Amino acid sequence: MKALRNYLNRVKPNFEPGGKLHAFRSVFDGFETFLFTPNTTSTSGVNIHDSLDSKRVMIIVVMALMPCLFFGMYNTGYQNWLGAGAQSFPFWEIMLYGFLAILPRIAVTYIVGLGIEFIVAQWRREEIQEGFLVTGILIPLICPIETPLWMLAVATAFSVIFVKEVFGGTGYNVFNVALVTRAFLFFAYPAQMSGDNVFVSTRPILGLGYNVNYADGISGATPLGQIATSGAGEQPLNIIGDPISTWDAFLGLIPGSFGETSTLCILIGAIILLWTGIASWRIILSVVAGGLLMGWVANTFQTPTYPASFLSPLDQLLYGGFAFAAVFMATDPVTAARTGVGKYIYGFLVGVVAILIRVYNNGYPEGAMLAVLLMNALAPLIDYCVVQANINRRMRRTKTSA
Amino acid sequence: MAEKIKNRDAFFNPFSKNNPVVVQVLGICSVLAVTAKLEPAIVMGISVIAVLAFANVIISLLRNTIPTNIRIIVQLVVVAGLVVIVDQLLKAFAYDASKQLSVFIGLIITNCILMGRLEAFAMGNKPWPSFLDGVGNGIGYTIILVIVGFFRELLGSGTLLGYQVFPQSFYDAGYVNNGLMILPPMALIVVACIIWVQRSVNKDLQED
Repeated sequence: MKALRNYLNRVKPNFEPGGKLHAFRSVFDGFETFLFTPNTTSTSGVNIHDSLDSKRVMIIVVMALMPCLFFGMYNTGYQNWLGAGAQSFPFWEIMLYGFLAILPRIAVTYIVGLGIEFIVAQWRREEIQEGFLVTGILIPLICPIETPLWMLAVATAFSVIFVKEVFGGTGYNVFNVALVTRAFLFFAYPAQMSGDNVFVSTRPILGLGYNVNYADGISGATPLGQIATSGAGEQPLNIIGDPISTWDAFLGLIPGSFGETSTLCILIGAIILLWTGIASWRIILSVVAGGLLMGWVANTFQTPTYPASFLSPLDQLLYGGFAFAAVFMATDPVTAARTGVGKYIYGFLVGVVAILIRVYNNGYPEGAMLAVLLMNALAPLIDYCVVQANINRRMRRTKTSA
Repeated sequence: MAEKIKNRDAFFNPFSKNNPVVVQVLGICSVLAVTAKLEPAIVMGISVIAVLAFANVIISLLRNTIPTNIRIIVQLVVVAGLVVIVDQLLKAFAYDASKQLSVFIGLIITNCILMGRLEAFAMGNKPWPSFLDGVGNGIGYTIILVIVGFFRELLGSGTLLGYQVFPQSFYDAGYVNNGLMILPPMALIVVACIIWVQRSVNKDLQED
């Protein structure tokens, strides 16, 4: 650390006004404040400083995502081994395989996303915002493992520019950047983002892993994908045709987008976020409540027209991206509702709409993404109504007391 | 009577400085609807130029005889008549394009650019400037349509006017057409990009 500090102090004059690299001041500033607490203090007025600045918030979210990331690595390898018919599952080889599978994807999103952020920050002569730290790790986690890298790059660039930068950068975006990336991929390249052959990594990487051949009766469809296409009330199967138990779905040993299969790891992440007070428990609670209620309603009025209505409310929470969306997507403080009551309404509607889309629209077996995006758009309206109701109530109170 | 406008300005202003789509933000619906491919965009543009030019001339000729109370009705009748003529001509000579455009040729009647120009220009100017204004605005509209159609067809289908642009080797290497470009939302985003570029070039169009 000492050497790093000395190095930064040595190169710092280059970035100060008049230095030859002054144009890249914000890049330097970004790195310096990322590594060390800034030693500047405010010079005027009364300011309250909290040690929990947005960089620390972002880092905690990234740490909360780590269980999902590690489990995603294991699951990616596990599905490959399973699909190839392996009998033993060596832990470290599977982890290494998963690591090698996800590494280029994380690298691509960070290079593209941070690259755009750096360029825009230089251009506008602003400080570099750290919002992409979380987004960059979220994007690979919510995409299928077989997403081509160039598609990830295009989608990341699109959503960073059109969802974040044009609105004014981190903290001003209307929609969740990671989810727009996913939605862009989903609508622009439907063949590569859904269906049966994208959720399982099928090729060996650097000599690790196996070739998975779909001709051998392997099906890489996700549980929700199978339910949407198969008949009513059928048990979802894993890739070699064994039934998936509720326990498997909870652990996450099922095909799905990289990081969102394991409800267990998402719960660990949720505990970290709630314990540190970063995510709003109101939102998580009400999303789950909304999902359970809508899942119960759909299950009560089950019909063969909508096969997903045969899933129990609990299964609705375990399958697909519902839990991930509830914990990591709906709670995004920038795009969620901000008033206390508003958070309950917002979260509840996210849960209801997610299951509504999932059950009653067979074209979109995964509704959580669209539900969160829809409610992102409505969050300001919810806040407005809550604030307005509050104002009206107080107006009445003054009138009656006067 | 509107203030006197030079013929040159009446013709050239709508190209960029006073473009009906990206500055006045009129006629957006048809921009979304007909620009998934370049060819219908061009046909639509030409149709609008024709209707707008002649409607402007006719209304301008009639401008002193139209009672103010019913002027909108008169304008609508004129536009509707012209649209029917254009529609029939397309059906006769460009049947495929007219099928692709389907209802949108008929909907030129409701295109806000038409009513806007008739109200704002033709009702207060002589026929010749009105004609130039109509053609100018039609071209301004067509320019945007063609730009949007160009990008949507190129990126969404990999073709231009139906001809393959990206060689097959691109697709073999893993390139895939962007399905989102075919969907209407991307037209809005492309229009937004045009507005973005135009306002950063013309500083006087920027709003606070």
